[in-house]
Amino acid sequence: MSDLSAPIVTRAPTPRVGLRLVTQDPPLARYAFIAVAVLFLALFLFAPLAIVFTEAFAKGAAKFAETFEDPDAQAAIWLTLLTASITIPSNLIFGLSAAWSIAKFSFPGKSLLITLIDLPFSVSPVVAGLTYMLVFGAQGLFGEWLAAHGIEIVFAVPGIVLATIFVTFPFVARELIPLMQEQGTVEEEAALTLGASGLRTFLTVTLPNIKWGLLYGVLLCNARAMGEFGAVSVVSGHIRGLTNTIPLQVEILYNEYNNVAAFSLAVLLASLALVTLGLKTFLEWRHAGELAGRVGRH
Amino acid sequence: MTLDIAPGELVALLGPSGSGKTTLLRVIAGLSSPSRGRVLFNGEDATSLRVQDRRVGFVFQNYALFKHMRVADNIAYGLRVRPWRARPPRAEIDARVAELLSFVQLDGLGERYPAQLSGGQRQRVALARALAIEPRVLLLDEPFGALDARVRKDLRRWLREIHKRTRLTTVFVTHDQDEAMDLADRVVVLNKGRIEQVGTPGELYDRPASPFVISFVGEAVALPVSVTNGHVTFGDREIHIDTLGLRNGPARVFFRPADIAIAPSGEGELEGRIENLRRTPSGVRATIAIDGYDQTLEIDSSIEAAATFGDRVPLTLARARIFPAEPPRFPDFADVGAGI
Repeated sequence: MSDLSAPIVTRAPTPRVGLRLVTQDPPLARYAFIAVAVLFLALFLFAPLAIVFTEAFAKGAAKFAETFEDPDAQAAIWLTLLTASITIPSNLIFGLSAAWSIAKFSFPGKSLLITLIDLPFSVSPVVAGLTYMLVFGAQGLFGEWLAAHGIEIVFAVPGIVLATIFVTFPFVARELIPLMQEQGTVEEEAALTLGASGLRTFLTVTLPNIKWGLLYGVLLCNARAMGEFGAVSVVSGHIRGLTNTIPLQVEILYNEYNNVAAFSLAVLLASLALVTLGLKTFLEWRHAGELAGRVGRH
Repeated sequence: MTLDIAPGELVALLGPSGSGKTTLLRVIAGLSSPSRGRVLFNGEDATSLRVQDRRVGFVFQNYALFKHMRVADNIAYGLRVRPWRARPPRAEIDARVAELLSFVQLDGLGERYPAQLSGGQRQRVALARALAIEPRVLLLDEPFGALDARVRKDLRRWLREIHKRTRLTTVFVTHDQDEAMDLADRVVVLNKGRIEQVGTPGELYDRPASPFVISFVGEAVALPVSVTNGHVTFGDREIHIDTLGLRNGPARVFFRPADIAIAPSGEGELEGRIENLRRTPSGVRATIAIDGYDQTLEIDSSIEAAATFGDRVPLTLARARIFPAEPPRFPDFADVGAGI
């Protein structure tokens, strides 16, 4: 899953009749730049995507469908959905509270908190997975205590969920912090003077103001949660039908030369990415309209 | 500081930026809590009352309208968030919103979003929203700050009208002394977190309590003088002014440009040199440099008087106030609060 956190905004230059701007390149250069960009996309994005789909359907739709009848594959899909369904609410709550506290209050250690939120982006997921091994693994810090109490974290579902939460926790917070900082607290204050309770203010004023950003953050978080490989790979233990998520199952199948099955599952992941991308584009479009309306119609 | 605001009064908090006027307003509203002191509404202590329970109508500097809600929903907000038992029925809320919309002259704009309104219209929506909760006091933070000069004048007149019709105790914050003097029954002049003076515009103009007030409320010239046994001298000239029991030593005489005139008799307390003479619709305006003072003054005079002007003119002071050169330190008042 590629990192989708940087939205690309395109703005058409204002057309001017009969005038050539100094910043406007000659036509040849323009076409050259466009060609490079398109070629790059074709080679590194569309081609692999096309291969994933053709490989999956190489032996017909029946074989493709067969993949999903395999109990191990079903278990992997189920585990992935379970992981995402735990990860998203927890990161939603974490992201909201982190963004709220950063944007609306000032307290000592605030900049440290901002830096820490970014940590999962800068640390390799494999390293993150390994630290979980060191903390919760059999030879780890709490290993003996956990074993004595019969609690399994590593090589089990809790470990996978924890690793996924760690890797995906910046998405919601990062999306909301700038948004909430820009909006400040004045609308909330207005609601309070009008007699609204704290919760009511949050639900009727704060939340509507951040809903698109929040949804966008959740989408990115979801995409990453379902597609995460590195950190999960370390803590999962690759037990078929038990601790394999979709990406791990894909790897196993591929290593067994079971191309159709591997690519069929990959199609599932890729489709998820495409749906996410589509939704993201839609939200940006909605967002842009809202922003333009706010600025443009004074 | 202690500040008493009578019911139905229109009071301005006037001061330069950083003087604490917005802070005082927020303390009254309950948006900030004072470290010391009390806020009383009708004699009853409101200091520990939450913002929600104070029933203050607060109009924010940039209006703080809920931008995702239509104008009508903005106005209805304060009624809709009331607890179930105190909430008026829907039809009543709708009627109240319609009434308020026409009160602020925005009939038919209820379906719009705040982004689709002009600055002046938004200001009025903010006011309608604050009035919807039938507040005990109306607080406005720089109500005209973000508007252009013409809209400002209109809204000023309109706010006076609103106050007349609602008779609501109203406090507004401004840094514009014209606005404060023009609108308010009483003006509170604030400087560095202290009240310099509270008074009607007339009192502030005629009996300013401190050098700060005289120079902040209108233009003023300060002449460095010295006091010796009840006599005030500027350089080697004596200025005839009551010293108000000031002790011997350096002092400053403050006067407004309008209070100095060219002496018709030829005998003046001060003397100046005409640097420039220009026609105005009603007479002439002279730029005069007072001897021994490093700034120039503008003085209006009649054409007849101007005919006799030489290069040098005698000047006479109609009205002036004297203050010690160093403003005295007032004792620190422990009771910080505002009574309404």
